[in-house]
Amino acid sequence: MKNIGLYIHVPFCKSKCPYCDFYSMRMCGGQADDYTACVLESLEHWADRLGRKADTLYFGGGTPSLLGGSNIALITRRAKALFGVDGEITVECNPSATEDDFFDTVAKAGVNRISLGMQSAVDSERRKLGRVADSKRVEECIKAARGVGISNITLDVMLGVPDQTAESLKKTIDFCLKNDVPHISAYMLKLEEGTYYYNNAEKLNLPDEDATADMYTFLGDILEENGYRNYEISNFAKPGFEGKHNLKYWNCEEYLGIGPSAHSFINGKRFFYPRDIDAFRLGCEPVPDGDGGGEEEYIMLRLRLAEGVVFDDFRARFGQSFSAKILEKAREFEKHGLVEISEESLSLTRKGFLLSNTIISSLIYG
Amino acid sequence: MAAKKENIRNFSIIAHIDHGKSTLADRLLEKTQSVAVRDMTEQLLDDMDLERERGITIKAHAVKLNYKAQDGEEYELNLIDTPGHVDFNYEVSRSLAACEGAVLIVDASQGIEAQTLANTYLALDHDLEIVPVINKIDLPAADPERVANEVEEVIGLECMNAPRVSAKTGENIEQVLEKIVSDIPAPLDSDDSKPLRALVFDSVYDNYKGVIVYVRVVDGKIKAGDTMRMMATGAEFTVVDVGYMRATSMESAKELTSGEVGYITASIKTVGDARVGDTVTTAEYPATEPLPGYRKVNPMVFCGVYPADGADYENLREALEKLQLNDAALSFEPETSGALGFGFRCGFLGLLHLEIIQERLEREYDLDLVTTIPSVVYRIHLTDGTVMEIDNPTNYPDPAYIDFCEEPITNANIYAPNEYVGAIMDLCQERRGVFKNMTYVTPDRVDIAYELPLNEIIYDFFDVLKSRTKGYASFDYEIKGYERSNLVKLDVLLNGDGVDALSFIIHSDKAYGRARKIAEKLKENIPRQMFEIPVQIAIGGKVIARETIKAMRKDVLAKCYGGDITRKKKLLEKQKEGKKRMRHFGTVEVPQEAFMAVLKLDE
Repeated sequence: MKNIGLYIHVPFCKSKCPYCDFYSMRMCGGQADDYTACVLESLEHWADRLGRKADTLYFGGGTPSLLGGSNIALITRRAKALFGVDGEITVECNPSATEDDFFDTVAKAGVNRISLGMQSAVDSERRKLGRVADSKRVEECIKAARGVGISNITLDVMLGVPDQTAESLKKTIDFCLKNDVPHISAYMLKLEEGTYYYNNAEKLNLPDEDATADMYTFLGDILEENGYRNYEISNFAKPGFEGKHNLKYWNCEEYLGIGPSAHSFINGKRFFYPRDIDAFRLGCEPVPDGDGGGEEEYIMLRLRLAEGVVFDDFRARFGQSFSAKILEKAREFEKHGLVEISEESLSLTRKGFLLSNTIISSLIYG
Repeated sequence: MAAKKENIRNFSIIAHIDHGKSTLADRLLEKTQSVAVRDMTEQLLDDMDLERERGITIKAHAVKLNYKAQDGEEYELNLIDTPGHVDFNYEVSRSLAACEGAVLIVDASQGIEAQTLANTYLALDHDLEIVPVINKIDLPAADPERVANEVEEVIGLECMNAPRVSAKTGENIEQVLEKIVSDIPAPLDSDDSKPLRALVFDSVYDNYKGVIVYVRVVDGKIKAGDTMRMMATGAEFTVVDVGYMRATSMESAKELTSGEVGYITASIKTVGDARVGDTVTTAEYPATEPLPGYRKVNPMVFCGVYPADGADYENLREALEKLQLNDAALSFEPETSGALGFGFRCGFLGLLHLEIIQERLEREYDLDLVTTIPSVVYRIHLTDGTVMEIDNPTNYPDPAYIDFCEEPITNANIYAPNEYVGAIMDLCQERRGVFKNMTYVTPDRVDIAYELPLNEIIYDFFDVLKSRTKGYASFDYEIKGYERSNLVKLDVLLNGDGVDALSFIIHSDKAYGRARKIAEKLKENIPRQMFEIPVQIAIGGKVIARETIKAMRKDVLAKCYGGDITRKKKLLEKQKEGKKRMRHFGTVEVPQEAFMAVLKLDE
């Protein structure tokens, strides 16, 4: 049986960023240890119940580093013991909420990848995003991580944020290149309902659709020139540094998510913990979310990858050839340089990535 | 119980819109105690919601009032209400034909307006005795003496003794009733012994009784059990009931005799079988000659009416059928559009009629509609000598086979304070009007006569006129006939494919301006698509305006939300649902709202 991925959601933040709708809250005294205990208990429970091995572990949030180095280390060690995790172990860190000895503590426990929520290297842009640390602090974190032997570092960059221009984006890109991180995630800002950004969009001086699309293309071009591959819509990596845990999502592989709002896909079933930390602490069962792993879902997810849908893999997985009807529809997009069709695979181009919702939905649903 | 013929008075109330016709009618009902005060709702005679809201009377009604005059005699007053809009001129004329007199209301501050004159002339055409009444004397701006003079000068009616009233407060209403009794002649030349001839001045469909036919009996008499015959159509029905209309009920009677106004029911299925203007006689003792003046009203304005949701097609058909039961002037037949699917080509008397029907369909039948640009009926003379009548641009022939075209022209009169002459003439000029005449009705009011093509006024002429004259101008028109005109058909192409529902016929002088405007509107209202979409407006094969809808650049979900695949899936499904609600023109998807915005092209 294939190994699964483990995801631990840490629903705490020092403060809520105005664009974010992930499940998180302010942390109160004692909550870090208490929550850690709940996660450990849940890990025990699931290890027993599933009897599966995992090869990736990912701490996401919220702000996982807020749990403190020793708690992360504790969970990491337990996960390794229970699930035999032996591969990529990532922790998302907010540069402003990471103690000095954090990297040392977690590295010793086995953490080997750090994701830094930088968003922008331009301080004025960062502040508007609710991020307090300056870019010097980001650099310090990178150095600290490297100092304890963690060289696999990924930086988050946001596109289409208030006041951003091609020039200011260039500064952010230069920052990434100067620090020579092997992986960059570049997300286009999406206004999520209920957030401050969503409710105040017209006041924000947001770059328009064209400008944001241009930024994405511009960033992709520069990163590719510098040896990064745009292996997924929003992700760029030097060879060998692709995010292994996240690849499980896009490959439609199995993962177990622990913590409120965390989603899982195991044995063909999707399920999730509700956005309710108390329910999680009380040991409530996750909520079923239907069957997963069908052909449409597989195509939808794989088309996010540069590799696209590989026809042999598709046949191996589903026991039948890739739909000729979808291919026929894809030809129309091919004419406009949005998809590439070869003997082996169907994939989106970078121009196609930008329109992936429309393309994927019309390929799958007509 | 029938009154003595000498004591019957049949009359209408005529007025310019908003001069207080319905309010005065209400007061008359109140004064004659035809309605208990507690039953009075404002404007009782207008019983369609729409009428009350718009303040206009759409369909005529009639009511019998009993009045004990100062001379001690009991009188039977039959008030026949008339619609107050040019769209319904024919119906007005039939109502007037049922009367011996008319009460002419003139607003004490506004004085004579377009429809004051138009309706007065119509009444004089029917040899009616006119009783002028000056209304709204309670208004601060009221100047009854000036207005009385105006009426004497312009219309030539003795007006010094005309009642000065306030229908709103009820002041001097009694004087109106006395004038009706003293000035309007009784129907003395009626003869009960002659074969029946009754003029249909209105007909209304009722769910229980079938069509209720409102008639003025000119000669003869009719009772339940008679076989009535419609002289225009030859259709025969057995009379179930006859009687009088009271303000809030119907009062059955033994018979209706000459000179009287009343109703007939005979299990008639549609108002089309008892058309306004037709003459009712009996099969037992038939008249040889019908009463003069009947004509079948022909729709003047046509447009496609489509359900926004194709699944509502049958509901739309049923709704139209039901409305037609009560509206012989409404016509419809199925049509299909490549862009809009299945719908109906509907014919209306005019734009107000169109709007009323559209609003009733939406309100009373809860339908979401898309209507195409209204069109008039064009006559296209082909090179082989045949003549086509076209009310739908889709049927416009290949220009190569067209010898020449004709379009309907109206004689229009606009009345306004003289300071707006410039603005009005500019507007008429823009609308291809031909100036005919201008007369000073009073030292500061003018009557401007223009010939205006009907297709220039069916759309928004009246609205623009009102806004350019701060609401002071009034407007009236009648069809003059057809005239040769240089017409072209404009086609709209999206990504090279024609969109039939957006085509329309227009005078060639206006084609370029309109084409540019449409192209801009489409560009504004169609969201960006996967590919660049050219918007072209063409005459024949020649493109005369062009815009480009830029290709969409970004439609992407950046993150996968920590493995929340379902959320992403739902998003894509939602996108698919959104697509379903789009209208598809070839590969181009146009949202409903955009389509409406284009059709409602404002000037």
